[in-house]
Amino acid sequence: MSKTLKGITLKGSAELVAEFFSFGINSILYQRGIYPAETFTRVTQYDMSLQLTTDAKLKNYLTNVISQLKEWLFDCTVQKLVVVITCLETNEVLERWQFDIECDKTAKEGSAPREKSIKAIQEEIRSVIRQITATVTFLPLLETACAFDLLIYTDKDLEVPEQWEESGPQLIDQSEEVRLRSFTTTIHKVNSMVAYKRTNST
Amino acid sequence: MSHFGFENDVHNVLRLDMPITNAPMARWQRKASTSNSTNTNSLSPNRNVNSSVSLSKTPSKTPGKNGKTQNTPSKAGGDRFIPTRNNKQLDVASFLISKENEPVEETPNQKAWSVTLNGYDIEEAKILHLGGKPQNAPEGYQNNLKVLYSQVSTPVSIKKSRYISSVPERILDAPDIKNDFYLNLMDWGRQNLLAVGLTSHVYLWDAGAGDIVLLKKMEDDSEYICSVSWSKDGNFLAIGTSDCKVELWDVQYQKRLRSMDGHLARVSCLCWNDHILSSGSRSGLIHQHDVRLADHHIFTFGGHTQEVCGLTWSPDGKYLASGGNDNMVYIWPVTTGSEYQAIHALNEHQGAVKALAWCPWQPNILASGGGTSDRHIRIWNANSGSCISALDTCSQVSSLVFAPNYKELVSGHGFAHDKVIIWKYPSLSKVAELEGHEDRVLNLALSPDGSIVASVAADETIRLWKSFEKDAVKKPKRPPPLKAKLSNFFFF
Repeated sequence: MSKTLKGITLKGSAELVAEFFSFGINSILYQRGIYPAETFTRVTQYDMSLQLTTDAKLKNYLTNVISQLKEWLFDCTVQKLVVVITCLETNEVLERWQFDIECDKTAKEGSAPREKSIKAIQEEIRSVIRQITATVTFLPLLETACAFDLLIYTDKDLEVPEQWEESGPQLIDQSEEVRLRSFTTTIHKVNSMVAYKRTNST
Repeated sequence: MSHFGFENDVHNVLRLDMPITNAPMARWQRKASTSNSTNTNSLSPNRNVNSSVSLSKTPSKTPGKNGKTQNTPSKAGGDRFIPTRNNKQLDVASFLISKENEPVEETPNQKAWSVTLNGYDIEEAKILHLGGKPQNAPEGYQNNLKVLYSQVSTPVSIKKSRYISSVPERILDAPDIKNDFYLNLMDWGRQNLLAVGLTSHVYLWDAGAGDIVLLKKMEDDSEYICSVSWSKDGNFLAIGTSDCKVELWDVQYQKRLRSMDGHLARVSCLCWNDHILSSGSRSGLIHQHDVRLADHHIFTFGGHTQEVCGLTWSPDGKYLASGGNDNMVYIWPVTTGSEYQAIHALNEHQGAVKALAWCPWQPNILASGGGTSDRHIRIWNANSGSCISALDTCSQVSSLVFAPNYKELVSGHGFAHDKVIIWKYPSLSKVAELEGHEDRVLNLALSPDGSIVASVAADETIRLWKSFEKDAVKKPKRPPPLKAKLSNFFFF
């Protein structure tokens, strides 16, 4: 029975990916300075130190989104998750972090767990989060106060739960895009990229 | 002639060859007018019967210009069952009835337009977001990245123990220096020689006499020097190159003694521990070489998953500290054998750790500095692996040296303020800021007597800051054998 413990089930994969997003979104909010650095606390995850928010409202909001996301991951109905950063005053979209999720629809609830060690997946997740942290070296400074929003692209026929609304894609009109690393749990594959508004200098 | 007026009128009415002006339309007239109005595709609504009298033209030949109007039934018409029919509604009605029969082809163009206008393929997905967004950061919170990266000079501690000059004592030219954060291209040896790697050349500058000697030039111009490190006595220079070799040079005779390979990627950092030379490479592996043996590669430390950019042995030779691009700092023991585990793996840094320094006057104290994403200097106890203190310097830390003369720590910085900063140890209060470099500081090196710190930067200069000069009485004499060695350099 120890073999099944190492394998990845659909449920386990959904949990891993949702956990990644929870830490990834917190990292983005911390690194880009959307919330004050003092409101974050350091935790150890994936063998490295990451920042998690302590702000109650934000935590609540993120928990809601992530738990809904976990359900959708389990149903394989989610296609993308996007973190949109907009300027508070002008409502202009400044940065857009897009995570494409490819789901292997052949994996169902009862099917045999896939062979991939949790450690390998965590290594891959670690490189992605580290890349997110390193992006501060080339992303343009966010000079104004910013707000963020989380958009989730789902299948067209999905039933929209309460409190969720439909929205536009909120694209950046003149953007530079940088593709980051991806990771896969063999059931879900997550590709990451960041798009930012082209600045006039350089 | 008014009496004739009445008669004229009566005559007019009785004449049958003039059109009747006020009468309802004859049936044949009505038919003619309806077929006309279909062809004109008029947009005006509510044309009642009488106004169509004016259209007494013959119907034009093309009643059905496009498919749709062919289906349009006769309209505007009053017949005795329905006096007036609204034109527009009839148009719409007929379209609605017949549209299901006509296939709507979505041409590829249309789909492309749809995707571009909407930003995504609306057939495939829809976008949702959770209503009721969280409260944004409190008012008055300014995004502190701006504050971080536009650092204004902070006041230094007023109590200065000595005068520290804010201009360098000397500026040397370092053309073609590779602006690569991960390389370690400068080291100052015990014989008072400063070695600098400039792309494919290694130059030695004699700090006493001021001469410059070209020690080595790479044969292949596409390869470059990655690291230089003086042995403890300052007689031998180890050079790490981009073609994965570690070379050992005798500086007195300017001869290459040996070339050691074994690495799979460029050798970006080197450090001596008596006869053991440690080399770290882009592969993440650290090789230990015993330079006295023919089979020099005695063991390997693996653990870093990305380039090893910082490597330094503790002064007592017990521990080797290594920092890498994977943000980890490992502390390794000194033993013989085949495979090793690190004693400690320190993961608190959020950026590449190139800056590492052991405290010469206090045992087991390691200072490490993180790259752009981290910007902190951390002090560790190497025995327990715990972080004693951390300091946010607001700038990428590229190099650290301890300056024992006044018990201070010197840090070299890159983005954003390119300064060299002197901190009091262990309080970590700022003593001085040395400005002058126009681009990021890559490496620091301390002179053998500890009075001068040299900083090399991407602006292709080396600045020598005489910040730690001891009082003249206490200044140590230069070792005499140095003078004898100097004379040899004139012969090449």
